[in-house]
Amino acid sequence: MESTSGRFENNARAALSDPTLQTALAKLADGFPARRLEAAGRMPEFEALRDAATEIKEHVLDHLDVYLETFERQVVANGGEIHWCRDAEEARQAILEICRAAGARTVTKSKTMIGEEIAINEHLERHGIRPVETDLGEYIIQLRREPPSHLIAPAIHLSLAQVAETFRASHKELPRERALNEPDALLAEARAKLRPDFLAADVGITGANMLIAETGGNVLVTNEGNADLTHTLPRVHIVIASIEKIVPTLEDASVIVRVLARSATGQDVTVYTSFCSGPRRPGDLDGPDEYHVILLDNGRAKLLGGEFRDMLRCIRCGACLNHCPVYRAVGGHAYGWVYSGPMGAVLMPALIGMHEARHLPNASTLCGRCESVCPMRIPLPRMLRAWRERLHRAGRGSLFARLGLSAWASVASRPGLYHAIMAPLIRALGNLAGPGRRFRRLPFLGAWTSARDFPAPEGETFMSLWAEAERKRKPYADLRARSARP
Amino acid sequence: MSAPTTSVPASPRVGLFVTCLVDLMRPTVGFAAIKLLEEAGCTVEVARAQTCCGQPAWNSGDSANAGKVARGLIAAFEPFDYVVAPSGSCAGMIRAHYPELFAGDAQWEPRARALAAKTHELISFLADVRGVTRVAARLKASVTYHDSCSGLRELGVKRQPRALLATVAGLELREGPEAETCCGFGGLFCVKYPDVSAAITDVKTDDIVATGANFVLAGDMGCLMNIAGRLKRRGSKVAVRHVAEVLAGMTDAPPIAGD
Repeated sequence: MESTSGRFENNARAALSDPTLQTALAKLADGFPARRLEAAGRMPEFEALRDAATEIKEHVLDHLDVYLETFERQVVANGGEIHWCRDAEEARQAILEICRAAGARTVTKSKTMIGEEIAINEHLERHGIRPVETDLGEYIIQLRREPPSHLIAPAIHLSLAQVAETFRASHKELPRERALNEPDALLAEARAKLRPDFLAADVGITGANMLIAETGGNVLVTNEGNADLTHTLPRVHIVIASIEKIVPTLEDASVIVRVLARSATGQDVTVYTSFCSGPRRPGDLDGPDEYHVILLDNGRAKLLGGEFRDMLRCIRCGACLNHCPVYRAVGGHAYGWVYSGPMGAVLMPALIGMHEARHLPNASTLCGRCESVCPMRIPLPRMLRAWRERLHRAGRGSLFARLGLSAWASVASRPGLYHAIMAPLIRALGNLAGPGRRFRRLPFLGAWTSARDFPAPEGETFMSLWAEAERKRKPYADLRARSARP
Repeated sequence: MSAPTTSVPASPRVGLFVTCLVDLMRPTVGFAAIKLLEEAGCTVEVARAQTCCGQPAWNSGDSANAGKVARGLIAAFEPFDYVVAPSGSCAGMIRAHYPELFAGDAQWEPRARALAAKTHELISFLADVRGVTRVAARLKASVTYHDSCSGLRELGVKRQPRALLATVAGLELREGPEAETCCGFGGLFCVKYPDVSAAITDVKTDDIVATGANFVLAGDMGCLMNIAGRLKRRGSKVAVRHVAEVLAGMTDAPPIAGD
């Protein structure tokens, strides 16, 4: 998928003036955070569990090579196959080859963000293979040829009416008189449409919420059960996952599962939690004949030794999106590529290039709410700032702003000069303001006054009032009274 | 991080870090802070050599210029038992980020850490360090409170202002469900991405207006100027003040951006 991150400002403006999107985002902001809070409240050990989950991932990152090799040995011992892929191109090629070897025409897919990252659907289509998304949200956006706008709710930007329209436009045989105004009706329509594809698929592609080193299997959590039909029905199961998805043991996986749904949707646990153990063994009632794991690096190994390492703890729960004021204002598509919200703003510069993603770390108030809800305690604001530091060092950002900062710093580091300049300036500004004590417009502050009045200063600076108080040995209260103009 | 309360005399020497926005925009807050600190038994001094904490540069990724400004501030405040600022954002910059800014600098990191350890946001200093449980002020009004992000999430300022406001005679606190939501200021963010910022601010101002309160209070001038500017642009009558003004009983000056 081509990035539009470089046009974030335009994307954001378009999002802000889209009333349907704004309604959807307001609903999301009212729902997920409250439900997360309730779920955490039902569980006294929630904070301790966050610590435990964080420690597990930290331990894994310390020994990533060991666990990846253990995982590979187990997968092979189970009769599966590992495909190490350095980048998106290698991953696409590996997947295509597996599909070709299986003679695949239809491939079902359950939700995978790595699939989005490597744009696997487009690649398969180009080579005559039909990918079918089976997660309802993913199915909808596949029909609309849109990227997901949220990690766990990919079609959250759409209204029910838009989904109904999409189905009517794509499902040619859908009778016109059929009502599609209820969620259940939409769900039934998608299920009816997907059922034959589930049965016809030669290959099923899933992501992985976790890979388990000791078993050589993977964990999938869904609320729709579509992942199970995707990996049990076709003859070939392909798991696509990035290298940091690994955990040592089943027990570790269960710790992370316990924080995942609570952080994401406020559920105690998702409706389905599936543990895939590889290809079907003799005596198994179901399961695929072949089990392939695409292990994708795509820039992760490079993050391991640096200041963005903590990002590799991310479990893609979406809590940071749900609690982010910027995400809530503009939604996921404004970020311009696969990921969004605070996690996206940290990850995307590493994946699509710092220059292309330059707006994302900057378009944040650094309010810190993301870090406060992150189940893996990822210091997202610190890393957003770290990108700003890199962008600054690379000479990105407006020259005007850079020179402004330098000029400001050379004055602000000379207190005598600073106060001598500021006192008359502020006095003049204070005198300029009318009795309303605010400005509707100010030169050089157009960006502020486009949406807000600029409060007038009281008039005298504190430092000049204080200096006067010291000079005259006057009680400061008298001076304060003078500073406050009626 | 706990302050070294045991080694400090009964009347500690407090260096008031006025902060640049209070200095320039609203000296009343500085005087209110002095009054509250003196009532809490502190000897307050104002170091002349102070300007800004350097946060605008730090948050822009310009740590060289942030360091340039921060070094002056560290030197200016070294003599005091405590440094107190009427701002969660500036106190947070010193407490949470100065050690990071000077990490690995043999000369400045220890000095930055020492300053961080004795720096406090005003209201939490009064409540947590000085044990203030009530104020003598009175204000017959309903108020709602905005938790500024840095104060709340970097310094844990939440119950302290509410506990003290509860002792202001005549004051009724009306909480908004979005009290902990960012106001959209974000320093230079609000002028770099003005449209996004304004949309975020609208969530905040809608919430404030919905409480029906006469006043909105907060502990940070940045948030207050942003909230006041947007409220006034939308024609709201809600008055905007720094919490220290109310706690000090110094509400004779007009509110921020007028009424």
